[in-house]
Amino acid sequence: MRHLLSAADLTHDDITSLLNVAEEMHEVQRRPIKKIPALRGRTIVNIFFEDSTRTRSSFEIAGKWMSADTINVSAKGSSVSKGESLRDTMMTLDAMGVDCFVIRHNSSGAVAQAAGWVNAHVVNAGDGQHEHPTQALLDAYTMRQHFRDAKVADTFRGKRIAIVGDLLHSRVVRSNVLLQRTLGGLVTLVAPPTLMPTGVEHWGVATTHDFDSVLADADVVMMLRVQRERMSGGFFPTAREYAHEYGLTAQRLAHLKPSAAILHPGPMNRGVEISSEAADAASSRVLNQVSAGVAVRMSVLYHLLGGEGAA
Amino acid sequence: MSAGSDSRVIWDSDDISRALNRIALHILESNKGSDGLLLLGIRTRGVPLAHRLGAAIEAAEGAAVPVGELDITMYRDDLRRQPTRAVGPTRIPVSVDGRTVVLVDDVLFSGRTIAAAMEALKDLGRPTAIRLAALIDRGHRELPIQADFVGKDLPTGPAQHVRVLLSEIDGEDQVSVRTEKEA
Amino acid sequence: MSLLISGVRLADGTVTDVAVHEGLIVPVSDLPADAERVDGDGLLALPGLVDLHTHLREPGREDAETVASGTRAAARGGFTAVFAMPNLTPATDTGEAVAYLNELAARDAHCEVVPIGAVTKGRDGTELAELGMMAAQGVTVFSDDGACIHDSLIMRRALTYLKPFGGVVAQHAQDPRLAGPSACCHESEISGRLGLPGWPTVAESTIIARDVQLAEFTGGRYHACHISTAESVEVIRWAKKRGIDVTAEVTPHHLLLDTPHVEGYDTTFKVNPPLRTSEHIEALREALADGTIDVVGTDHAPHARQDKDHPFDVASPGMLGLEQALGVVIDVMVNTGRMDWATLVERMSAAPARIGRLPHQGRQIAVGEPANLVLVDPTRRATVDRAASASRSRNNPYHGIDLPDPVELTLWRGAVTYRR
Repeated sequence: MRHLLSAADLTHDDITSLLNVAEEMHEVQRRPIKKIPALRGRTIVNIFFEDSTRTRSSFEIAGKWMSADTINVSAKGSSVSKGESLRDTMMTLDAMGVDCFVIRHNSSGAVAQAAGWVNAHVVNAGDGQHEHPTQALLDAYTMRQHFRDAKVADTFRGKRIAIVGDLLHSRVVRSNVLLQRTLGGLVTLVAPPTLMPTGVEHWGVATTHDFDSVLADADVVMMLRVQRERMSGGFFPTAREYAHEYGLTAQRLAHLKPSAAILHPGPMNRGVEISSEAADAASSRVLNQVSAGVAVRMSVLYHLLGGEGAA
Repeated sequence: MSAGSDSRVIWDSDDISRALNRIALHILESNKGSDGLLLLGIRTRGVPLAHRLGAAIEAAEGAAVPVGELDITMYRDDLRRQPTRAVGPTRIPVSVDGRTVVLVDDVLFSGRTIAAAMEALKDLGRPTAIRLAALIDRGHRELPIQADFVGKDLPTGPAQHVRVLLSEIDGEDQVSVRTEKEA
Repeated sequence: MSLLISGVRLADGTVTDVAVHEGLIVPVSDLPADAERVDGDGLLALPGLVDLHTHLREPGREDAETVASGTRAAARGGFTAVFAMPNLTPATDTGEAVAYLNELAARDAHCEVVPIGAVTKGRDGTELAELGMMAAQGVTVFSDDGACIHDSLIMRRALTYLKPFGGVVAQHAQDPRLAGPSACCHESEISGRLGLPGWPTVAESTIIARDVQLAEFTGGRYHACHISTAESVEVIRWAKKRGIDVTAEVTPHHLLLDTPHVEGYDTTFKVNPPLRTSEHIEALREALADGTIDVVGTDHAPHARQDKDHPFDVASPGMLGLEQALGVVIDVMVNTGRMDWATLVERMSAAPARIGRLPHQGRQIAVGEPANLVLVDPTRRATVDRAASASRSRNNPYHGIDLPDPVELTLWRGAVTYRR
């Protein structure tokens, strides 16, 4: 694997290998001494054009536990305003002999563009409203652990996964849909019509505006953050109305199967898309997602940098 | 078997059992019983050997010893020269701190696997002592490493390959030496 | 200079000799004996092309284009006149700015350069610029191109105020609420999949629908720049049927290139309005053939590399067009049998000259007319190489595409401005 840019680039075997190695990394995470030498001498640069404490720390810890040298470059504030083009920024850092870039950018496609300008490996840590493949992988990892804990088959084929919220602006949903297209999960997207992406009918997933209709059958309910500024954009009238129609309220929680998992990529807006009852429910896997994030990112870095094909 | 080589069977299932029983007794003797022992099989074929050793020790001593498995992929010094390798599970049933850890492997050769295993152990904690048990020692060490418990010393030439088959993995028990013939 | 083009075919099919002397087309008998002779066998002589929509970047961004480089590209493309959009630094929004551009053109240009005046001061859409003083310097076309005149009242006032000057308001139709500054991809399955901010077709057509009614209401002249959608075509068709004084323009790229070109986030294909899907392209071709769309305007928009090497949503929009415009139109309209050569001349020369009130351009090839003409080999083709451009910029969307490469010779006022 040279880069991880899109969940669509991963075969079923790739995903299985990534998730299996992540399990071993999870074991490392539970050790008293969280250090393995697999990436000793490798340099990983986390370059974040958009703030994200969670994702950045997760990648940083992942690199450090594998003994890579990890460096954070905060590039917030568009390089346009500084007069430097994205191409120059990337080529400059690449010239220092970096082995891998982990890139977060607020513009869709910017990470793929950057990959075309550098010799190093590139991991997409979220680009605009496009993709966030490591999030989809950690979601899949969390789901698989949940299926095992719930003593149901740990395959995705036929599992019903509802993804609810601001789908229009979400990179998480695009990567999850692409990953589940390969894994065989049955995805239903739930959102008000104003927050449905254009052309979603071509995505090969079910869609509905009626959250209640999917509750009884769902094996996984993934709630996406809805940003308050979407209200001023006229996407919905008020947070109260949004919570009433599309929030995972205590009432809706009661209609879920006991074995259904609740996921949220965070940060959560309690009281808007998710109630505290749901966020803190026994079936909530939100913190498992965070912990899986490090293991999955270790696995991704190992797959990119661990072997000869990677050098 | 290709026309360019010939293979000679050294041991069958009974020979392997006898060797393991002997190693088990040596371990008990050297450790003065089974207290504080932890057997760690090095993946892949060290794992069933460790479990068999564990069973032999339990049969001799009447007390179970913890048996774990160690995957050393991430610790290999040639990691970067190979295509990305799959990583197998590492299972450590008890803390290694204060234990006498016996690493178990099928064939002791260059010693690099054992060096990687000791590196891995270091990241898992601080054992009181690390010992090494190998079913076959075929020589040609590249590092200053010796086994504490050996089933058989098998001097080999560089053109020879020692092959250990175990029923848990391969469906049968056998040790053989294959010699590449000159063209 | 003097020139005799012998045995050349005209757009109407007649074969003739064309004699050029002292800037005019003259009877062959008036040529001096030492006139240069050009064999016109197999070639077509067309009136010099006129572009109502060119960005020259001078003054302000001479690293991207100058009057000299842009008009050299125009001459290579067979153009003898270009209208220069006012989004310069400073914007062309005063009589003085127009006069300065006229001076630059007189000094450096390889074709006629006609400044377009801004409709509002600084092109910010709030206050009318000094339209009359610009008209006094020869401006006939007014536009805030790059920005939409979105305030209905400003549009009404501009249409009304320009009536005594005969000026036309050339609108960049883009509702700023429906398609804001980040909008950069035709709103469609592709924008949804790529996560690029969508630019819906209605952001263009609703503005044009409003504008044509204001044109009817005020009796002003209105020109819709670079229309890109089937809906806009329908609105223009409706307006023309009602007899409203409106004209419309389409770019070569909107006639040829479709939305999937942006799938690799190559910012060369970022343009405003965005590349549309095939059903819109088909509607535009049909409208250009039947005259609903009056002119092809290139929207030649050079950009320096550093302004394109950004993420897609922030990279500068626009692409080159002057050198390939004729080739594109020949391929999609003439070679497909949708348009004859006479209609091509109407859309790329006569109509733009008429809309821009340029008396010496877009005229037929006949004795006594100004010698603005282009000699075309209709069968010659080539693979476009962006490095071979006369433009200072390289944002050429046709790079690597096989297209007609027809221009053999361009004459402006009887002088050779381009020769292969």
